[in-house]
Amino acid sequence: MTARAWLQDRWVVTSVAITAAFACAAILLGFVILPLLQGNRLYAGLWDAICSAAGVLTHSAPTPIVTGRQATTKVVLTPTMLQPADGEAIGRGATLAQNCTMCHGARGLSPADSPNLAGQYPFFLYKELKDFQSGARESGVMQPLVANLSDRDLRDLAAYYAYLPRLPGVHTGPRRPAVVIYGAPLRGIAPCGSCHGALDYKLGSAWLEEQPEVYLRTQLEAFASGARRNDIEGVMRNIARQMTPDEIAAAAKYYADTPPP
Amino acid sequence: MPLNKRLILAHLWLAFAGFAVALLLGEWQMLVRSPFHAWIGDPEWYYRSVTAHGTTMAYVLPTLLAMGLGYFIAETSLERPLIGVRWAWTGFALAVIGTVMAVVPVAIGRASVLYTFYPPLTGSPFYYIGIVLVVVGSWIWVLLLSLNLYRWKRDNRGKTVPLPMFMIVAGSYLWAWTAVGAALELLFQILPVALGLVNTVDAGLARVFFSWTLHAIVYFWLIPTYIAYYTIVPRAIGGRVFSDPMGRLAFALFLVVAMPIGIHHVFEDPEVGAGFKYLQSAFTAVVALPTFMTVFTICASVEIAARLRGGKGWFGWIGALPWRNPMMLAVAFSFVMLGFGGAGGLVNMSYQLDVTIHNTQWITGHFHLIFGGAIVIMYFAFAYDIWPHLTGRALDCHGLIRLQLWGWFVGMMVLTFPWHLVGIFGMPRRMAFYDFTDPEIARQAIPVMISVVGGAIVLLSGLLFIAILLIGHRAAAVTPPAYRYSIALHPPQRMPAVLNGFGLWVALMLALTVVNYGFPIANLLTVAGSPVPAVRVGDVK
Repeated sequence: MTARAWLQDRWVVTSVAITAAFACAAILLGFVILPLLQGNRLYAGLWDAICSAAGVLTHSAPTPIVTGRQATTKVVLTPTMLQPADGEAIGRGATLAQNCTMCHGARGLSPADSPNLAGQYPFFLYKELKDFQSGARESGVMQPLVANLSDRDLRDLAAYYAYLPRLPGVHTGPRRPAVVIYGAPLRGIAPCGSCHGALDYKLGSAWLEEQPEVYLRTQLEAFASGARRNDIEGVMRNIARQMTPDEIAAAAKYYADTPPP
Repeated sequence: MPLNKRLILAHLWLAFAGFAVALLLGEWQMLVRSPFHAWIGDPEWYYRSVTAHGTTMAYVLPTLLAMGLGYFIAETSLERPLIGVRWAWTGFALAVIGTVMAVVPVAIGRASVLYTFYPPLTGSPFYYIGIVLVVVGSWIWVLLLSLNLYRWKRDNRGKTVPLPMFMIVAGSYLWAWTAVGAALELLFQILPVALGLVNTVDAGLARVFFSWTLHAIVYFWLIPTYIAYYTIVPRAIGGRVFSDPMGRLAFALFLVVAMPIGIHHVFEDPEVGAGFKYLQSAFTAVVALPTFMTVFTICASVEIAARLRGGKGWFGWIGALPWRNPMMLAVAFSFVMLGFGGAGGLVNMSYQLDVTIHNTQWITGHFHLIFGGAIVIMYFAFAYDIWPHLTGRALDCHGLIRLQLWGWFVGMMVLTFPWHLVGIFGMPRRMAFYDFTDPEIARQAIPVMISVVGGAIVLLSGLLFIAILLIGHRAAAVTPPAYRYSIALHPPQRMPAVLNGFGLWVALMLALTVVNYGFPIANLLTVAGSPVPAVRVGDVK
């Protein structure tokens, strides 16, 4: 058919007219009548209502940002922020780490219930060091030690400890505790293993296998009480608050489990 | 018998082989999350399985099936050899390569992102490239169908395009345009992240692109089923199509209104304005029109068969129907499931009602009832009907076929009704683990267990389907007569030009897409700072 014949075809004209009329009616209802019928003062006027229905972002006056009295983490992690460490960075980190051996051991493994750093994820190490510097994580020991380190120092320390071989996870218990592999969906507790290894790993989470039991328990309790609050978006605080003391003990014992002598 | 039996059989067998494996996975997923089974301990296995199940059932099965049937219909309804057989094999090869390419990363846990992709989740690039290849293979099919229709029209000026060919070409155009949304999402949003070129993805925009595909793809799945309703059922049970133009109009309407309605899938997403949600909701309601037209036409066509067999009275004719004929059984089951599923769909498309069931198991129940039930049961019927024409062997194990259809129907009802129910209770979907010992959800345990039983019946019926097809390959050789489609009660003498082509309907489809999607997409493209960091799946353990 020619274009002219098309425009004169009864079917074409009727179909287009019905479709257009239906679309116009729906647009009128959805963008004008229904928003205005809401009966509240949500919209400044007709144009505002139409823009809102269309999904246009309105830039209202900036609301003042309420800052808490306590510092929270300012670190933003991305998968590529730590370039693969070269030998120089690891070497520098090893030199700097001489300062840390008293508590964290000569090879990043500690017999003193301080965290084992060997093989820890570099993202996590870097974030915690930054948080000690900013005061988002408080520690009378760590804060003075990192106060004068440069950003490069922190990255190199993270690279060095990440480079060291970690202890393999050993679990002598008969089964994994429910909270580690199931979580508790109805209380909003994700399985520990879905972020901290065993099931899956999420950027910024710590490797927990073979960490000291006392350390893990006190950290969970600190998250639950709010004494520690440098977790990203409060994830760990929300989880730890929902955990029962038994679950905290079970999770700490599970991850700290050591091979029989 | 069609000349390209091997081409058609290759498509159908790839579809059905994938279907059988995915069916097994589906029932395994039901089982391990139910109170029948202790939790497997690692949710990754569950999501891996869901991804494989969804990808196979949603992309591989319906696409390959539509391609195979498309070639069958082109050859048998136009009654001339298929043009472009070599290209058809190329399309098939792309689909095979794509399927393998997509399934391998899923199997090794590098792409547990579910078949709906869920950005900012990101998996192995091979998974997405594999799906793109399947789609590209199917686009070759779209072009070939167009070409065959064009050549036929050129050689048969003034004649009416046979109804089955009109319908399958309508379906192919719907698919071609539908797939564009997901293609845009994959090529411009997800693949750059999966390939490591960028680290962020605009999840909101990606979801809007996917909604473009996600609803209309359902109508693409439906096309072979509706073709069977109109062009096979009346012939198989000894009736006539009540109205041929009505069938064409229904398919034309599917082209127009199936496409610009996908935003009801993102009703709860804040990045789309409420006005567009309303607009698309209104168009979703219009889809009832071609559906009701079809229900009316097919019921009338079936009634003709019953009255020809001596059926009398207002409802007495129903008893006179050939209930032992598998096609009769299949269409009746399909209509019952379409009725319940369609009613559930009305809830999903209502902005307010959707809030109560959004992201619950109600949704899972809904699309299993509509797609797995109403649509797939007609895939079976279609396959049974054309099988002797492909194998050159008789398929006369009618008892087994009836058993298989009954099993599928009963299984699907037992599977999906409790699923809807627990959805109303608030049971979320896409969860790997449910703690049924918790008093708050303990009452969901029994419906979930009933569902598992339904799934088992469905699985057995699905395996029986495969067995029957295999029996068909080994049965006694016959020479079937030429394949026939249903004849209209009043064969059309003069067809309006618009119902003998697609220009008007494709134009309306494109125009409505621009109206309903143009602004939301442009708006999201221009919002600064909307991308979010990608979450990579299966990278580090």
